[in-house]
Amino acid sequence: MDPQRKRKIRLVVALSVAVLLAAALVYTSFSASTEAKEPSQLLSAAPGTTYDMTGKVVKGSVRRDDGGLRFRVSDRDGRGGSLPVTYSGTVPDPFRGGREIVLTGQVERGVFVGEPDTLVTKCPSKFTAANDS
Amino acid sequence: MTADVGSVALALAFLTAVFAAVAALIGRNGDRRWIDISRRAVYGLCALITLCVVLIEVAFAGDDFSLNIVQQHSSIETPAFYKLAAMWSSQEGSLLLWAWVLSIASSAALYATRNRLRELVPYATAVMMGVAAFFTGLMLFGGGVDPFATLSPAPADGIGLTPLLQHPSMMIHPPMLYSGYVALTIPFAFAIGALVTRKLDAEWIRATRRFALIAWAFLGLGLLLGARWSYTELGWGGYWAWDPVENAALMPWLMATAFLHSIMVQEKRGMLKVWNACLIVGTFSLALLGTFLVRSGVLQSIHAFGDSTVGPYILGLIAVVLIGSTALIVSRLDDLRSQKRIDSLASREAVFLVNNLLLVALCAVIFWGTFFPLISELFTGQKSSLAAPWFDRYTTPLAILLVLFTGIGPLLAWRRVSWSSARRIFRVPLLVAAAVALALAVFTDALQSPWAFALFVFAAFALTGLTQEFWQGARARRSLAGGSTAAALVAVVSRNRRRYGGYIVHAGVAVLLIGIAASSSFQTNRDETLRPGESAKVDGRLISYERPTVSVDEKAFTFGAVLRVKQDGREPLTLRPTRRFFRPTGTGIGTIGSYFDGEATSEVGLKAGLGSDLWTAVQPDISSVQRRARAADRGFRRCVGGAPGVPAECQAVSRMMRAAAVNPSLRPIALAQITTLQGAIAERLARSYLDDRGPATFRVIVDPLVTWMWIGGLIALAGALIAIWPPRRTRRQPVLVGESEARKEAKYREIRDAELDHAAGKLSDEDFALLDAELRSEALEILDSQNGAKREKAPQV
Repeated sequence: MDPQRKRKIRLVVALSVAVLLAAALVYTSFSASTEAKEPSQLLSAAPGTTYDMTGKVVKGSVRRDDGGLRFRVSDRDGRGGSLPVTYSGTVPDPFRGGREIVLTGQVERGVFVGEPDTLVTKCPSKFTAANDS
Repeated sequence: MTADVGSVALALAFLTAVFAAVAALIGRNGDRRWIDISRRAVYGLCALITLCVVLIEVAFAGDDFSLNIVQQHSSIETPAFYKLAAMWSSQEGSLLLWAWVLSIASSAALYATRNRLRELVPYATAVMMGVAAFFTGLMLFGGGVDPFATLSPAPADGIGLTPLLQHPSMMIHPPMLYSGYVALTIPFAFAIGALVTRKLDAEWIRATRRFALIAWAFLGLGLLLGARWSYTELGWGGYWAWDPVENAALMPWLMATAFLHSIMVQEKRGMLKVWNACLIVGTFSLALLGTFLVRSGVLQSIHAFGDSTVGPYILGLIAVVLIGSTALIVSRLDDLRSQKRIDSLASREAVFLVNNLLLVALCAVIFWGTFFPLISELFTGQKSSLAAPWFDRYTTPLAILLVLFTGIGPLLAWRRVSWSSARRIFRVPLLVAAAVALALAVFTDALQSPWAFALFVFAAFALTGLTQEFWQGARARRSLAGGSTAAALVAVVSRNRRRYGGYIVHAGVAVLLIGIAASSSFQTNRDETLRPGESAKVDGRLISYERPTVSVDEKAFTFGAVLRVKQDGREPLTLRPTRRFFRPTGTGIGTIGSYFDGEATSEVGLKAGLGSDLWTAVQPDISSVQRRARAADRGFRRCVGGAPGVPAECQAVSRMMRAAAVNPSLRPIALAQITTLQGAIAERLARSYLDDRGPATFRVIVDPLVTWMWIGGLIALAGALIAIWPPRRTRRQPVLVGESEARKEAKYREIRDAELDHAAGKLSDEDFALLDAELRSEALEILDSQNGAKREKAPQV
C-alpha cells in the first residue's frame, strides 16, 4: 500500500472514531441528564420523574428527625410557593436556612423526596476567586 | 491616602501596559531602541502593580477599613495569616492578582529572551501587554471592581473572612491556579508572535517551554490542594465532584499536558505545527474561560458566583482571542505545513500523537458535560445537568487508555523502532504486568471492578517501563563514565533533566491514578447514627462512639466525638471528628441562638495509612441545644428588661446597661459584662449537650490506597520541578545566541539523545546507525546554511 493511501485510511479511521464519540456524547447526555427545575415549577410536576431542584431553603423551616431532614424550599428569587422536602444522607457544611441548594429527587404526593447524598449547597462566601472543589 | 496612591499607581499601570504594547509594535522591524524601551516599560508595569499589591496588603495587615476590599473580607479578629491571604478572596483582589502574576511572568519571559528572537519578541510583548491592559483596565473601568474603592466614613470593623475558607490549603490554592492560568499567557503570546512573523520553527517553543511547564505544575498543584481541602474539610469525604469550577481548572491542565508533549514532536521532528498552535490557543482560551466561569452565574455550582459585571468583558476577550488566533492560523497554513511525515506507528511521536488525541478527547467530554446545561437549554428549552456517573462513563476508559500509552511512549525511540528492539524493550514490562494481573486476580477481588483492574495492570506496565528506563540509563552512563550505579543514576538524571523529570512525572501520575481508581472503586462508605456507648461494624473495624465532647468560646461551638476503633491484629486507635458552628462575624453582640446562624465546618477524624484511610465525620444532633439556646435568649431578654426574680448577676448586668444608655463611656464595660454572661450561659448549654448523651450521625469511609493519590501528586510535582530547573550551562550563558546557533545546539542534543538510547539498549544497532546518519546529515545542513549566511554577510563587514 502506498503511504499516501495509508495516511488517508488512518485519517478516515481517526475521524470516524471522533464522530462516534461525539454521537455517543450527544446521545447519552440527553438521556442521562436531569432537568433542573425550581420549586414553583415542581408543584405540578409529574410523579416518577427525577429532577434537579434548585432553590432557596426557607429560613427557620429546617427540622431534623431520625429519618433525616425536613425543610421547605422556595424559588431562588424568593417568590412563589415553597415546596416541602425530605432528605436523608450527608448534609454539606454550608447547609442552612436561606442558602441556595441543588437536590436531586422526585415529587411524591406533594413532597419532594431527595435522593441520599445528592444535596449540594452553594458556598456562601463572596469568594469569587477561583475557588474550586 | 493609600487609596489615592493606589488608584494613581493602577492608572499608571494601565497606561504603561498600553505604552509597552505600542512601543513594541513601533520596534517590530528590529529597532532595538523601541524594543528595549518596551521591555523596560514591562519591568515598570511589574513595579507599579507590585506597589498596588503591597498597598492592599499593608491595608489588610493594618485593618484599614476605609478600603472597601478590607472591610468586606477581613476583620480585626481575622488571624494575621488570613489577613494577608484575604486579598484574593475578593473579586477585585483576584483581578489584581491576575495582573500582578502576569506582569511578573511577562518580565521574566522578556528578560530571558532579551538577546533572542528579535523579530518575534515585539509581537509577543504586544500580546502580553494587551492582556495586561485588559485586566488593569477592567479594574479601572469595569464597574465595582476597583480594589482601591473607599468607604466613608470608615467602619470600625470588617465583615471578616468566612470560616470555611480559613484553611491553609484554601489560601494557597487560588494563587496557584491563578499563576497557572496566567503563566499560559506567555507561550500563547510567543505563539502569536511566531505566527505573525512566520518564524514557525521550534525557537518560540524553546523560549517558552519552561513557562508552559511552570503553568502546568501550578495548575496541577492548585487542583491537588483543592482536592485535599475537599477531602479533609468539607465533610463529605470526596475529593472530586465534576463541579463546573473544578472542571474549569482541569480542562486547561489537560490541554497543557497535550501541548507539553506535542511540542516535543515539533522540536525534534518539525511536525505538528498547526496542532501545536491550535493547542496553545485552546489552552489559553480555556484558562480565560476558567477565570470567566467563577465570575458569572451561567452554571450551577457549589461555588458561589459573585454577581459580577466583569463576566461579559472576559467573554469578549475570549472571543477576540479565539477569532483572532483562528484567522491568524488559517492565514499561515502554508507556512505551518511540515515537510516530514510520521515514519512509523511504532515511534515515540506516533504514541505522543495518540496520547494527544486522548487528552483532547477527555477535554472535549468534560467541556460538553460542563456546558451541557446551556446546550440543553438551547435545544430543549430546559436546563438539564449531567452528574458524576455520566462523566465517569467517558473519563474512566479514556484515562485508562492514557495510562497504557503513557507506559508505551517513553519506551519507544523517536522516528521508528524495529521489531527486534521492540521485543527487547517490552519484554520485562509485559511480564511484570502479566504477573501483577495474575496476582490481583488470584489474591484480591480487584476483578470485581474491571476498569480498576485494567488500570492497575496498565499502571504496573508503565511503572516497570519507567524503572527500566532509569536502570538502563544509569547502566549506559556507567559504561561510559564508570563510578557506582547510584552516582551514574544521579548523573544521567541531572544531565537529561527534561527527559527524566518527565519520567518522574509519569510515575507520579500513574501512582495518583492507582489511588483514584482504588479509592473510587473499592471504597466502603457508611452512615451510622449512634448514641454514646454504641458501636458499629464497618469493613472489619469495630467503631465505638465512646463519648461526646464539646467546647465553646466567643466565636464558635465545637461539638465532637471520641471514636474508638478496634481491628483484629491492629493497635486500637482513637479518632476525634468535630463540627464547629460559628457565630456570624462582624455583627457585634448577638444572641446565644446566633451561634447556630453562621457557618459550620467539619474537622474530620482521619487515620491515614498507606494501605487505606479511615475517614470519619460527625453530625451531632444539636436540636435540643438549639431549643435551649432560644429559651436562654428569651430568659436573657427578660432579665435585662429588669423582670423581678432573676438572678443577681443578671440584675447587675441590666443595671449596667441602663447606666450605659445614659453614659456612653460605660458602654465597653456593659458589653464586656454581657459577653461574660453570655459566655456563662453558653458554657451551661455546652455541658447540657454532654449530659444529653444524644445520638450523632457518623459518616465512616474506608478508602483503600487513597494516600497514594497525594503521594503520586507530590511525585509528579517533584518531577516537574526537576524538568523545570535550568541546567547550569544556560544559567551562565549571557552571550547573544543566534537562532541557527540554537538550532545547531538542539540537533547536537538530539544526536546525544540517540547515543544514550543506543547505549541503553533501546535502539538496536541497525536502527541507531540509520538514525545517527539522518541526524548527522541534518546537522550538516544547518552548518552549511550557517556558513552560507556568513559568506553572504562577509562583504558587508
